[in-house]
Amino acid sequence: MLDRFTIHQPQSVEEASEMLARFGPDAAVYAGGTELLIVMKERLAHFPHLMDIKRIPGLNALVYDAERRELVIGAVACHRDLERSPEVRDRLPALAALEAAVANVRVRNAGTIGGNLCFAEPHSDPATLLTALDARLTLVAATGTRQIPMASFITGLMETVRRHDEILVSITVPEPAANSGVAYERFKLHERPTAAVAAVITVVEGTIADARIVAGSVGVRPQRLLGTEVMLRGLPAMETSAVTVADFIRDEVEVTGNLFESDPYTRQLARTVGRRAIAAAIRRATGEEGGRLAA
Amino acid sequence: MLLEATVNNRPVSLEIEPRAILLDVLRDHLGLTGAKRSCDTQVCGACTVLLDGSPVSACCTLAYEAGGRTVETIEGLAGPDGLHPIQQAFVDRVAIQCGFCTPGFVLTTKALLAENPCPTRSEIADFLGGNLCRCTGYWNILDAVEDAARRLAAAPTSSQGPSS
Ligand SMILES: Cc1cc2nc3c(=O)[nH]c(=O)nc-3n(C[C@H](O)[C@H](O)[C@H](O)COP(=O)(O)OP(=O)(O)OC[C@H]3O[C@@H](n4cnc5c(N)ncnc54)[C@H](O)[C@@H]3O)c2cc1C
Ligand code: FES
Ligand code: FES
Repeated sequence: MLDRFTIHQPQSVEEASEMLARFGPDAAVYAGGTELLIVMKERLAHFPHLMDIKRIPGLNALVYDAERRELVIGAVACHRDLERSPEVRDRLPALAALEAAVANVRVRNAGTIGGNLCFAEPHSDPATLLTALDARLTLVAATGTRQIPMASFITGLMETVRRHDEILVSITVPEPAANSGVAYERFKLHERPTAAVAAVITVVEGTIADARIVAGSVGVRPQRLLGTEVMLRGLPAMETSAVTVADFIRDEVEVTGNLFESDPYTRQLARTVGRRAIAAAIRRATGEEGGRLAA
Repeated sequence: MLLEATVNNRPVSLEIEPRAILLDVLRDHLGLTGAKRSCDTQVCGACTVLLDGSPVSACCTLAYEAGGRTVETIEGLAGPDGLHPIQQAFVDRVAIQCGFCTPGFVLTTKALLAENPCPTRSEIADFLGGNLCRCTGYWNILDAVEDAARRLAAAPTSSQGPSS
């Protein structure tokens, strides 16, 4: 049995923000509740006031802005919305494929993308890929709006830069250029991944011109592998280049030990999913898999 | 707060606390004990019910969420003419051992076949991947879902089930 609470239904983001400010630490945003209710059931935290933001009009919109070539994802869109959205499948098939394998169908029906990112659980799938895609998060409070790059949103173990009275309203994802390839590879035995790597690779005249490589699930937050990125630049856009940098990924990732996997094992997993992600991104960038639009 | 919802095609109006969990309301207040509590953390699917046609874990859903929506439990599937074709396929294919997981599997199957009437075996396995059977009769369950898809294709009018 949960402890008692009141559910509020703010009609606008500003109203929700004002309520959060007014109730202070007694209040929490409630979206799908897939994380929050488990935390409250286990009595790890209690919030006498929950703000149900799902009824705020427009907060679940999923639109492609053709002029800016950006996908704008409303924070309360659930994982299934993303998995099935024609816009996401067309513009960012790697994200649609990622979403289709998050948790199970019940969690995907209830859990929102915003809740996933704000909870900042280290094994988040979308956080890793959205970091590689250089997504931006729009946070709104009654006092003002700001945009934060995904790469600096999560600051530590389940910690973000979000202030208590701020609501994450949307995630803006730039569409990758036509000569780039996007891939996300994960290894998972249970509900959440043990190791994951996202790769966005741009190819110019047969050579890797740019790379953004992000490892997830192995540390407390998604981490850009800047050393691996530097190594990749200038290498031929061939799958062999993924093999060339694989050992480097293993050594570069920061691993947070846990009870289940030893550090060397986790590093080895990161090496393998990293090699696969980079190889797939190269294939997609060079059109070998139907180009960037391949799932 | 007042919960007004449609449960198995019947209007329900019930005073609930905001903290009430859907599974408890169904089992303790409405006498619908087909959905089971097992893991209590969204992992096993024994508590699966359909909310506006989509599978959710009733163990981790506030009853509040059902307000103004339709809830379907295993009790709503059989009609005056007998079992729903999905249920009959599970029986005929011996996809039930102890039966604890079965309501969840059957309802998840209903949602799958509503959006994908003839899924491949791997699509079935993906969709049902979050439902656990500790008697581990997975092979027969996959057979039953394929069989159910054929039955529903042959008699499309019953695909909605008697309850809708
Ligand atoms: C069994 C299980 C398996 C899972 N497997 C995976 C997996 O494989 N991969 C993966 O990536 N994730 C996985 N998850 C996590 C899942 O994706 C998240 O639980 C879900 O997306 C969280 O969204 P929610 O709307 O339910 O968040 P809630 O539980 O409602 O909220 C989570 C937190 O974020 C805050 N919050 C929510 N929305 C906002 C907002 N818009 N602005 C500000 N604060 C907000 C809440 O106050 C709360 O602190 C799994 C979860 C479960 C239970
Ligand atoms: S009891 Fe609800 S998912 Fe296991
Ligand atoms: S039949 Fe016993 S748990 Fe599935």
